[in-house]
Order: sequence, then C-alpha cells, then structure tokens
Amino acid sequence: MTTLGIFLSLIFESLRFFAQVPPLDFLTGLQWSPQTAMREDQAGQSGAFGAVPVFLGTLMITGVAMLVALPIGLMIAFYLAEYAPARMRAAVKPAVELLAGVPTVVYGYFALLTVGPAIRGFAEAMGFAVPTQSAVAAGAVMGIMIIPFISSLSDDVINAVPQSLRDGAYALGATKSETLLRVVFPAALPGIVGAFLLGVSRAIGETMIVVMAAGRAANLSANPFEAMTTVTVQIVAVLTGDQEFDSPKTLSAFTLGITLFVVTLILNVIALIVVRSYRDRYE
Amino acid sequence: MTDARPLADRAALARIARRRRGEAAFRTASMAAVVAAVAMLGWLLVTLVGSGATAFYQHVITLDVALDPSKLDPTGARDPAELQKASFRPILQSAIYGRFPEATGRDERRELFALISVAGATDRLRRMVRDDPALVGTTVRITAPVSDVVDQLLKGRIDRKVDATLRPVSDRQIAWIDALRASGEIKARFNATFFTATDSRDPELAGIASAVVGSAMALAVALMLAAPIGIAAALYLEEFAPKNRITDIIEININNLAAVPSIVFGLLGLAVFLSFFGLPRSAPLVGGFVLALMTLPTIIIAARSALAAVPPSIAAAALSVGASPVQAVFHHKLPLAAPGILTGVIIGMARALGETAPLLMIGMVAFVTEIPSSLTEPASALPVQIFLWSDSPERAWAERASAAILVLLIVLGAMNAAAIFLRQRLEKRW
Repeated sequence: MTTLGIFLSLIFESLRFFAQVPPLDFLTGLQWSPQTAMREDQAGQSGAFGAVPVFLGTLMITGVAMLVALPIGLMIAFYLAEYAPARMRAAVKPAVELLAGVPTVVYGYFALLTVGPAIRGFAEAMGFAVPTQSAVAAGAVMGIMIIPFISSLSDDVINAVPQSLRDGAYALGATKSETLLRVVFPAALPGIVGAFLLGVSRAIGETMIVVMAAGRAANLSANPFEAMTTVTVQIVAVLTGDQEFDSPKTLSAFTLGITLFVVTLILNVIALIVVRSYRDRYE
Repeated sequence: MTDARPLADRAALARIARRRRGEAAFRTASMAAVVAAVAMLGWLLVTLVGSGATAFYQHVITLDVALDPSKLDPTGARDPAELQKASFRPILQSAIYGRFPEATGRDERRELFALISVAGATDRLRRMVRDDPALVGTTVRITAPVSDVVDQLLKGRIDRKVDATLRPVSDRQIAWIDALRASGEIKARFNATFFTATDSRDPELAGIASAVVGSAMALAVALMLAAPIGIAAALYLEEFAPKNRITDIIEININNLAAVPSIVFGLLGLAVFLSFFGLPRSAPLVGGFVLALMTLPTIIIAARSALAAVPPSIAAAALSVGASPVQAVFHHKLPLAAPGILTGVIIGMARALGETAPLLMIGMVAFVTEIPSSLTEPASALPVQIFLWSDSPERAWAERASAAILVLLIVLGAMNAAAIFLRQRLEKRW
C-alpha cells in the first residue's frame, strides 16, 4: 500500500531529524534566527533555533482566523439549517463552498494587495501605524478561507440533530432561535467542536496566505497588528534557495514540518473521534 | 368566547415581545453572516477582475527605426552571426530621439528612451534582421510594447495629479506620451504576449506560457500516477480487503492524510525524491509526484464512496449468473461507479492545480525564461508564477498576477463545472 509507505517514510524522516536538533532547545528557546552558520568556526555557528516565537505567531494568526471564521461559519450553518428556504439553501451553499475552492495563493494575493493595505489605511485613519504585512491581515483572510469548512460541517451536524428534539422545544413554545441556541446547539456541540478543530488544523497548516501576507521575521509580540511569522512561513523561508541538505538550517525546517504534521494529525484525530462518537449517539 | 380577554398580564406580553425581538435579531444576524460571506467572495472576484482585466490589453508604440549600417555592421560584411551580436540599442535611441528632436539634454533623453520597452524593441529588431539581413541600411517600422510604467499610466493606474516627485513618470514624459497617444503612435491592443511569452524581468514582456506548460506537465504526471493507484487502492479496500485491524488502520490513515497540510507533502518530496533518489530540482516530474501523493487520498476516498454507492444487488446478480468476484467488480460495479470516480479525480486534479506550497519546497520557483520541453527541465507552475509576481514591487506585476489568477480561476471553474456536469448527467440514483 502506497499510503502506508508515505506514512512510514514520514515517521522515518521525523526520527532522523529530531535526532539531529536538540528537542529541548527547539521547544523552549525564545530566539529564532536560522540565517547564520556561514562557516564552521563562526560564532553562533548553530544559529538560534528557539521555536517559541514561531509557535506563538502561528497561534496568533490561527486565533485571528478562527475569530473570523467561527462566528460567521456558525451563523451561516444556523441559517442554512434552520431558516433558509430550500431554494435559498440550494443557491447559498455552493456559493459559500466556492470560497473553499479558491486556491490559497489567490487568498495570499488578496491579503497582500487588498486586505493588508486596507487595514493599514484604516489604522492610519485611526492614528496607528500598521505594516501592510500583519497578523491581522493574514488571519482575517485565512478566516474567510475557513468559513466554508466550519459552515458546511456544522450544517451537517445540525441537520443530524433529531427532529424530535426540535419538536419538543417548539411544543413548549420556544421560538426558533431559542430552540437553536438552547436545544439544537448543545446537542450538536461535539460535532461543532470537531468542525472547529478541523478548521484550526487547516489554519495551522495553511502556507501561502501567511507566506505572502504575514511577514518573515520571528517576532515575539502580543500585538496582532505586527508582522509575524508562522511555522509554515519558516519552512518556506528556510528551504527556498540552495543550501546543503544536512545543515542545521535545513534540518530545522524539517523539524518544524514534523511538529506541524504531528499537531495537525492530533487535531484531526481528535476531531474525527469527536464527530464519530457524536454520530453514534444519534444513529 | 366572543369577548376579548387578555390571556396574560402585561409583563408576560412584554416578555413575549422581547423574545420575538430576539428571534428577529438572531435571524437577521444569521442572514448577515451569509451576506458577509457572499460579499467577501464578491469582493475577492471584483478586485481580481478590476485589477487583472487590464492586463489582457497592452499599449504598443510604432516607431520608424533606421537600421544604420555604420552602427550595426561597421565592417560591411553583412555576416548574419555578427549582425546578431550587434547592439540595437543605439539605433533605437536615435529613432526615438529623432521623433522628439527638441529633447536634447542628457536627462531628457534618458527619460525619453525609458518610454519604450528596450528589451522588447531590440529583440524585435534583432529578429527582423536575422530573418532578412538585407534590411540593414533601410528604415523599418516596428511596433514594440511601451515600458510598463507608460502602460500603467495609460491604463489610469498611475495618478497624474500626484506630485511629480512621487510618481514614476515625469511631467515631460507625460507630455510625450500624450502626444504619441494623440497621433496614434501609441495604441492599445490585445496582449498576446501574456499568453505566448515566458517569465521575464520586464513586466511588459512577461507571459504565462512557461508556467502553463509546467503546470500541465506536473498535472499530467500526477494524473497518470494518482488515478490508477488511487482507483486500484479504492477497489482493493472496498471490494477485496479483509475487514481486520490492518485495513482499519489503513483507512484511518487515508482519512488523515487527506487533511495533512500540503506543505508537509512538499517536505516529503524534498526529502525522498530530491535528496534520497536524487531527482533534479524544479522539475515538473517531481512536482507531479508530490501532487500525486497529495491527491491520492482524495481520489481514494471519492472512488470508495462511488463504489459503495453501487447497490449490492448488481454484484449479487452478476455473481448468481456465474461471474467470478473479479468479473463482477470489473464488468459491473466499476463501470457503474465510473462517473463518481471521475468526478473525484477531476476535483482532486483541480485542487492539485491550485496548489503552491509543495511546489515551493521542491524548488519549482525558478526564474524560467524558456518553455520546458521535457519533464526533467526546470519549470514553473501557474500558482507559483502568481506567487512570484505578487511579491514583485512594480504595479505592473500585480496586474499580471491578477490576470494569471483570472486564468487559473477560469480553468479551475471549468474543471469543477465538468465534475458537476458529469455527476448530474451520468450518475444514476438507486
């Protein structure tokens, strides 16, 4: 089986690369500057591979993305599942899903040349100075990209909530929104959490938007209006260009890649388990 | 019960009113979310069309160039090889200086010369002389692209009212451009260069041809690998595999692989194909391998669900008239599942076409000025070209990037439409 081969070689690679970069430094260091080590005897020959700023940047951008995607995606799911007439639903659902079909490089372009300058212009009008490449621009556009994942998965789980629960609430005189928020939403919550986790894993693994719109310098900051970097950006930054294959710089990219793989894998597995157990409950 | 009697007290009525308002607010909010999402899609498309549509035409300048033999061919031998080496820059300069004799100062002349796409014009002249060396000594009329700044000005992307120090064209240049435009020497025409040329250092000469060919090659490789392997894997898992722990693990694996970030596949490609097998960097062959790995899970999942949707009665009927299990699958189930499988393959390919990150990893970001002619030559891909162009500072690049995005989106739209069409026309419902 080919797929098994892929999986095995990934594990093999991961072991090989983690053996060469000290895991503890990597996980706790606060400095990230892999662009050193030109000569063997140079000071700071190994570079600085503290991945904390990189992880924080990823977290920040993912957070912004989910702040955009979760409310909009959920509300769309509520509307599609409970309010929209059949014809409206048939028109809106594919339109929203079109957002998922747009290549990420297009979103990156959009973030870099439209949303970034727009946010900067807005901030300048308010009296702040904000760079064009900022965590907010990248996160917001990423959020747009994730909306369809959240909305269509949540729509599915909301539709899977038994009608009898709704009928019970209506019989007690609840309005549609009360039924939705107090009966359907709690019942569908595990599934929605699953959708959320899948969305997060998408956001963490997303590359092109952040490469184009989030900036390259590792920046330990809590201000979302600054340029920030992410795991995927660093992988691209380190690996595009020619260099020796076994330099610590290259290996750091692989280590980041493995971290990325493991984190998204865990998120996916949890999401799948949550969704599956939820389905079993109502089937 | 004819006389109206209040059903409840005032407080209860107020509560009902509040609950109804809450209901209305919630409903409005949910509709607003839909409107917001659709508006974002609209904003995206409008921006792209607005900034990209103008790249499909281009301004060209018509110039009479005297092919001065004393500059091109001082020896008088008319040797074609020597002629190709000659510099066409001076004669181009004299041509444009001759058009505006009043420009005499050094700076003035430099600004004047900057109106033309020098690389484009000299290239054209060189080719004319190569095809017909007898032209040397005569005056020829050529049309060449104007430089990207002029083009952007004429398309209205450079604000003429901005202070002259803040814009890339001077007042003098604007006066010349307007004079040329009024006399018809500068004209707008369809930008065929964009489709036939390769990447270039000058935006006015850059095109998507090499990227399109690179994408097509990589996609062809991906299709040839992923489709047969994916369908075979799906057939095995769905029809022949025993249900045990191992197949269970494989199944979970496939589902997970479908959600692995694409950049991880790029890393895998870098480590396995480039480093371990030593395949060439930047080659569409390797790009195709990586894209195939990436689309494989999608195809397997789609093919499995298509196979599972074929009712068991069909296989049972085949088996009952004496077909072997293999015959039942290949003669009956597979043809019936084909539309669904095909849809899955097309959607997988559409996703692969739009994918950028894994191609960056294996070095398909090369500056490619030749259309690749084999699978192992350095090539670019359409999304990568978009990435490269949008990172370039001049406005003209952004315009080119939007236009390339439009081309990409049209192709993707066509692929998805084909998938939907297939599904609706060919799929049977049981």
